[in-house]
Amino acid sequence: MRTETPRGRIGPKAVFAYLIAFLTVLPLLWLLLSAFRPGSDVLSSSLPTKFTLGNLGYVLTQIPFARYLMNSAFVAVTVTVIALFLHSMAAYALARLRFRGRGFAFATVVGTLLISLPVILVPLFLVVRLLGLVDSYAGLIVPGIFNAFGIFLLRQFYLSVPRELEEAARLDGCGYFGIYWRIILPLSRPMLASLAVLFFLANWNSFLWPLAVTQDESLRVVQVGVSGLQGQYASQYQYVLAGAVLAAIPTVVVFLIGQRRLIDSLKTTGLK
Amino acid sequence: MTEVLRRPKTRARRGEGRAAWGFLAPDGIGLVLFVVVPALLALAVGLFDVDGFGNIKFAGLQNFRLMAGDSVLWKSFGVTALYTVLFVPVAFGVSLGLALLVRDHFPGIGAVRAALFLPNVISLVVIGLLWQFLLTDKTGIVSRILGPLGLGDVSWLGDPALALITLVLISVWFLAGYQMLIFLAGLQDVPRELYDAATVDGAGAWRKFRHVTWPALRPTSFFVLVTSTVNAVTGLQAFDLVFVTTKGGPANATSTIVFYAYQQAFQFGRFGYAAAICAIVVAALIVITGILFALTRGGRFDED
Repeated sequence: MRTETPRGRIGPKAVFAYLIAFLTVLPLLWLLLSAFRPGSDVLSSSLPTKFTLGNLGYVLTQIPFARYLMNSAFVAVTVTVIALFLHSMAAYALARLRFRGRGFAFATVVGTLLISLPVILVPLFLVVRLLGLVDSYAGLIVPGIFNAFGIFLLRQFYLSVPRELEEAARLDGCGYFGIYWRIILPLSRPMLASLAVLFFLANWNSFLWPLAVTQDESLRVVQVGVSGLQGQYASQYQYVLAGAVLAAIPTVVVFLIGQRRLIDSLKTTGLK
Repeated sequence: MTEVLRRPKTRARRGEGRAAWGFLAPDGIGLVLFVVVPALLALAVGLFDVDGFGNIKFAGLQNFRLMAGDSVLWKSFGVTALYTVLFVPVAFGVSLGLALLVRDHFPGIGAVRAALFLPNVISLVVIGLLWQFLLTDKTGIVSRILGPLGLGDVSWLGDPALALITLVLISVWFLAGYQMLIFLAGLQDVPRELYDAATVDGAGAWRKFRHVTWPALRPTSFFVLVTSTVNAVTGLQAFDLVFVTTKGGPANATSTIVFYAYQQAFQFGRFGYAAAICAIVVAALIVITGILFALTRGGRFDED
């Protein structure tokens, strides 16, 4: 089939793909439309005729929703920036430097790949409480930084950097940090950009950890805030949906800006 | 002579080692403190009585003994097992199908791939709220659309027999785009010449899939199977979605094991008991991963 359909022609397979893609995003489009409906017809099944900004306005003025958004933005951006910096340093050491214990260090990193938050939630909470970080921005941020996934991907990428580039930098008098800063970091810009998208999304969307580690209303992040609307406005769905849209918009925007890079780098991982 | 030649080299080596540990230290210490130590502690905390106020008392195997008589816990193990058994194959089939569908170029393929991936960028909290809204009993859009088919009165999230299946379908919709990308990456590795050779031999689409695509995809399939299973048992999807949509109900029909452990720790203050439950989950995962490894022969791809 692949050789018979010339590039650029719309065959039946393409039409089917369009249909599936449309059905996939349909629930999200319906959410978007419904959030702008007046409360009286939010559950209507016909296409909307009346639109209002009142639901968004209510959520932003009657609930500290702007504060939730700011908290999430602050936490997600801080985690992303620090994580990229630390992961690239660790990955550089694992990929390019020879030292005793490298195999063990790498095995430890890979070993932590399978550990997910829900299974270590209780002991992680106890560690964080011991450090006095419960109910603080540090408690929201610091545990989010460390994840083996970024180190692993960057290391795979750094393995392919040609030795000659490092040698040239060394002849120019660069130390290890100089090589990392002037050669390795600039080379990995595309990889860092797609990791930045991934980390931002993961941290903006994170719910369980903020739920466990914060009680203080002023520290509430947007996912915890949105889930709280549910109980508060059980009979007024329009406000819940408005909050959900506000929580989702930044992720969709970041994805649409970074999608080509993100999809490309996810696809090329592990390739020759 | 050799001594003299060697010395500068070893000194450089030592410098390199010191630099390496310097680069590794910040991330390494954090990883140990916030991932490795909690993972090891997960096994140990279960041996203690720990409450929400920081009181810690050695309890021996008391927490593990309590599990035997906890019927909701056993129900939760069953829920997680059923969720995994339903989710993993369905998500595998759907995402492989999608990958084959959007593999070859056609106009707008980038937009189609992005659309299929889109649910995955949105938080599970929003996903849960969205589907709760769409699946509202009787008045929700899904019930209205299915009304003419006589399915208007079905309570998708409120019927104990259906709620878990509904969560599986939502999870598949949410995660298929991500797994599709992994399959697409695997498909890029299949040598084109093999397809050409198969065409020359007169192979049809199915035989090409069976004899060229499927064997070449084995390592990718193994990776997807393992990550998807681990996700189904311990991933955020097993917590966030349940928390937002059903809170484990109705009649504990959707009480996944991670949701139950969270409730024990953070609602009832039984931290030690929750940790003991998680220790069992980790042990089970190790066994399951081993079985998957054996079944798929470690994702080996050199035998065909």
